[in-house]
Amino acid sequence: MTYVLQQLLNALQVGSIYALIALGYTMVYGILTMINFAHGDLFMVGAFLCFVAAVTFNLPFVPVLLLSMIGVAFLGVVIERFAYKPLRQAPRVSAIITALGVGLFLENFTLALNPYPKQIPQLLENTTWTFSGLSVSSLQVFVIILSLVLMWILDLIVRRTMVGMAMRAISWDKTVAPLLGVPVNMIISVTFAIGTSLGGAAGVMYALAYPVIDPYMGIMVGWKAFIAAVVGGIGNIRGAMIGGYILGAVEIMVVAFMPSTYRDFIAFVLLLVLLIFRPYGILGKPHPQKV
Amino acid sequence: MMINTSRIKQFKENLETKRWLLPALLVFVFALSLVIQQFELLDPYVQLIIMYVGINIILTLSLNLINGYMGEFSVGHAGFMAIGAYVASFLTVKVFPTDMAAWLFPLAVIAGGMVAGVVGLVVAFPSFKTRGDYLAIVTLAFGMIVKSVIENIDALGGPRGFLGMEKLSTLPWVFFWVLISVWVIRNLIYSNFGRGVLSIREDEIASDLMSVNTNHVKVLAFTVSSFFAGIAGGLFAHLLQFINPRAFDIIKSTDILIMVYLGGIGSIAGSVIGATVYTVLLEVLRPMGIWRMVFMPLVLVLLMIFRPRGIMGLREFRWFVPVRDMLASRLWREKKAGT
Repeated sequence: MTYVLQQLLNALQVGSIYALIALGYTMVYGILTMINFAHGDLFMVGAFLCFVAAVTFNLPFVPVLLLSMIGVAFLGVVIERFAYKPLRQAPRVSAIITALGVGLFLENFTLALNPYPKQIPQLLENTTWTFSGLSVSSLQVFVIILSLVLMWILDLIVRRTMVGMAMRAISWDKTVAPLLGVPVNMIISVTFAIGTSLGGAAGVMYALAYPVIDPYMGIMVGWKAFIAAVVGGIGNIRGAMIGGYILGAVEIMVVAFMPSTYRDFIAFVLLLVLLIFRPYGILGKPHPQKV
Repeated sequence: MMINTSRIKQFKENLETKRWLLPALLVFVFALSLVIQQFELLDPYVQLIIMYVGINIILTLSLNLINGYMGEFSVGHAGFMAIGAYVASFLTVKVFPTDMAAWLFPLAVIAGGMVAGVVGLVVAFPSFKTRGDYLAIVTLAFGMIVKSVIENIDALGGPRGFLGMEKLSTLPWVFFWVLISVWVIRNLIYSNFGRGVLSIREDEIASDLMSVNTNHVKVLAFTVSSFFAGIAGGLFAHLLQFINPRAFDIIKSTDILIMVYLGGIGSIAGSVIGATVYTVLLEVLRPMGIWRMVFMPLVLVLLMIFRPRGIMGLREFRWFVPVRDMLASRLWREKKAGT
């Protein structure tokens, strides 16, 4: 029983990180119907910015987190402005390939600057409490709570503010929204900034939890977060959160009860099975084809 | 109309008198590849690069059938390649007698392709209902499942990889398979079936209403595509003489995607050019070290922004297009000019 609880706690931690990254995918998809495949690499850049801020500038945790989030958000906006915006009218596939190209660029640029994996210093005091056999580390609790807070803020922004209303308007109807005075370009930039800053925050948390970082770490985590977004129903913000936690739970539970090499296999087979029964994800709505 | 037909007749005759050119050229190149391999006329390194180009052409062509001609978005192509590579290697190393391996090599490659083709059905069936991003996920998941299944099979070396293959992929063999894949896919595209593939790209519902059996077309396209990816995998394994599951991960699939979109979708000439340019450029830039991998994606992004259709997008070399199609388009143009 304690074992299961322990694994559930781990699942919550991993799931929080997946959920934060999945949010970036789903927000961009909701507003541009484009899959930003560079998002996983922005997550990686977040982790590296964390390294730079913590080691080169010797900053404490809160400035490190803020710096990573702002840096990644800035990068996200620049990427959108220079790589994706010229392609808004182009075939959708060109935008996807551009995103893959941007991702490769970020990976290899980081690799060129940091040829060796980096070790993140311990930024936070890590104490471990034990409750009748169940060991809880303060880092774990921190990661879970911080992600929940970030997601709550995002939910507030999307549901309660003018910017959020504009985002929802654009994802509802791209042609009518600008006619009603919604500044489309600005809202898209803001969406990118928010989505990628969440990815940056996830990068910092990942770096705290698994302190060895390398430029290719974003690929697998990014694709998995993308899957989480799809499982939840891509374009749906609450769906992405649920999808992230489901994926985290599945992965941790597979590792807990089966050989760890089966992890990806089971996770992806489950994904396929889910897509057969709910082809539009858990919270997604089917789009009927019109002729 | 009278003038038109006589002109067309002349055009047709013109083409037919030159028909021997292409086979003659192909025979010559094939002979050249045999000679080069026999007498070591080229540096082994250059030979290696040429063979990589050939294998990449097969991969690009096969993916272009799905992504370019059919308009789906498959991102798990390396999975099919892995299946072909492992099946072919397993056959030549473990099943076939060692002294016969060189002779049975084509059989092994074909077997690899066939197994990959059969597995291609696994992806074809979900494609009946899902399209676009969700099909992309299915293919992505498929690629990862293949990788993790191979990692869990001990007989194939698991994550350590599989070795013991002799260097059986030679210049003539690679050339032969490139030729076969170009020939088969070109003929498929300009056949009745090919029209179905194109119509799915343009509008699936409309093509269904025009009584195109879309499911049938999809199954066939996925099977053919994965068959050739498997062939490429078999050749690749016997060129490198060592394979491991990580060689066929998402990065490999991305590489193939880039070659397809660099060359241009829906074009055989584009696939050939895309694969050649990408492979050769990466080799030429090797002195730049890791910076070439920074430079290439930038080129790709710029290409997509300024020429979203790739180098040859939706266009074709004239001699790839069958006479019948060329006549049709010419007739159409003359009619348009006439009115």
